[in-house]
Amino acid sequence: MSRKTLIPIGPYHPLQEEPELFKLYCDGEIVRDIQWVTGYNHRSIEKLSESKTYEQVFFLVERICGICSTSHPFAFANAVEEIAGIEPTDRAKYIRSIIGELERIHSHLLWVGLAGHFLGYNTVFMWAWKYREPVLDLFEMITGNRNSYAMFRVGGVRRDIESDKIAAIRKILADVKTKTDLLTGAVMDDPVIHSRLKGVGILTKQDVLDYGAVGPTARASGVAIDVRKDDPYAAYPLVDWKVITAPEGDVFAKAEVRLLEMYESISIIEQCLKGLEKEKEGDIMVKVNEIPEGIGHGRAEAPRGEVFHFVVSDGSNSPARHKIRAPSYVNIATFKKSCVGQTIADATITLAGVDPCYCCTERMAVVYDIHSGEKIMNARELIDRSIRRSQDLMEELKKSK
Amino acid sequence: MENDPIIAKLKELFKTGILEVTEKSQRRVIVTINPDSLLNIAAYLYKDAGYRFIIASAIHTKRGFEIHYHFSLDSAGLILNLHVILDRNNPEVESLSNMFNASNWIEREMHELFGINFINHPNQDKLISEGNWAEGVYPYRKEFKSISDEKE
Repeated sequence: MSRKTLIPIGPYHPLQEEPELFKLYCDGEIVRDIQWVTGYNHRSIEKLSESKTYEQVFFLVERICGICSTSHPFAFANAVEEIAGIEPTDRAKYIRSIIGELERIHSHLLWVGLAGHFLGYNTVFMWAWKYREPVLDLFEMITGNRNSYAMFRVGGVRRDIESDKIAAIRKILADVKTKTDLLTGAVMDDPVIHSRLKGVGILTKQDVLDYGAVGPTARASGVAIDVRKDDPYAAYPLVDWKVITAPEGDVFAKAEVRLLEMYESISIIEQCLKGLEKEKEGDIMVKVNEIPEGIGHGRAEAPRGEVFHFVVSDGSNSPARHKIRAPSYVNIATFKKSCVGQTIADATITLAGVDPCYCCTERMAVVYDIHSGEKIMNARELIDRSIRRSQDLMEELKKSK
Repeated sequence: MENDPIIAKLKELFKTGILEVTEKSQRRVIVTINPDSLLNIAAYLYKDAGYRFIIASAIHTKRGFEIHYHFSLDSAGLILNLHVILDRNNPEVESLSNMFNASNWIEREMHELFGINFINHPNQDKLISEGNWAEGVYPYRKEFKSISDEKE
């Protein structure tokens, strides 16, 4: 029997819903198996939700995820409105979609930055995060908060986007667009990024269906699912946009899908702003009486994929049962397919490819040998390994020129 | 309604398995089924009819334990729930995880939080409370009282 080395990635991962630990079982450089351990910070939000009123649950679910903090209130609002048969006003729908798409832009920018960092492109990291800042400023202007915007209520939104803010939003959006051009150009034309990401961490169409993967992870494997299109909600049926897909299923395809999606998001926001100008200012809430007995399914397309909320109401003022499924719950499981057979250096970026797991790599503990318990390398060395691989490729390219 | 052919086909294929069909709207259909026919109906939805498994939600009610298996037909924007009602004292149902991996974790989770047994599940180990939770205590059951509840 061959000796296998265990590489732990984790156990703390602050970017996702739950901190987690990946155990990579390696044979030399090659990852042979992967195991997932979680629950370090289980907050039991589903159970907590049963003890809160519908209005309070919004603040609770907003705190499930720090990055896509609006996708959970979005899905929850959809679920409760389905139970009560409420249709928000068009103005509220436009505002909801604007918030959702702004969030997609800043989340994708964040991912591009971190992916760049893992590959040894720290300039991409600095740039992407710098360009993300104006989007957060926009959030502060519109909602009062850079994160956890507290914009959603049953029946509408909490704050209006006044007409005098629209020009400022347009200006920042135009700026983000030129910066996205820059980033897209930098990623798509770089030969080292091509050789680092193409053919790495491939997820086939069949794998996607088997694991039920969603969002850019599924779309980069040629599965064109997007709740915004398939089961339209908010203002998405009122605007014109397309679902971005790529057939390859590797990490490069995932990056490509995310980058191109940002353009769609910008276009959606621009159309929503036009829609806003046609609607009467201040018309953002419909009156909500009681939430009747029944069940509701809420879906929203978060930056990482479909968020699903299932709410059971018994006619009281708090949910009788509230099931939440975040997109990473199904996407993380696909690592069993995408990571096995890769080298350790590629596993870092494959794990990041799904967009759940980058910060954890910074937190990597120490690699030790299963049999002797001897320390082999630490976290810094693992990232260095990935960065070194990019540098070697750059050197090779220079020589061949 | 738009869903008529879908429901008619299901009823035709699984006469005895289907107990009740509720059409909440054109995009939301709940099919209450006999737990014994879960595997066959799920296999039809997943393999033949092109449905995607979203997730399953367990609920502890007066009737016992209920599970809604949420399936999505993305081409139609339809969510179809396969709804099973399990025995209160011995909740048990066949696992779907040998058919698709998507249900693997959620079944482990339901086993852990509700104490529902999934027959033929490949690995029913605890998913979220490994090593720090008592055996046989199921926190999502309605009778569960937390420490703060007891103080009141």
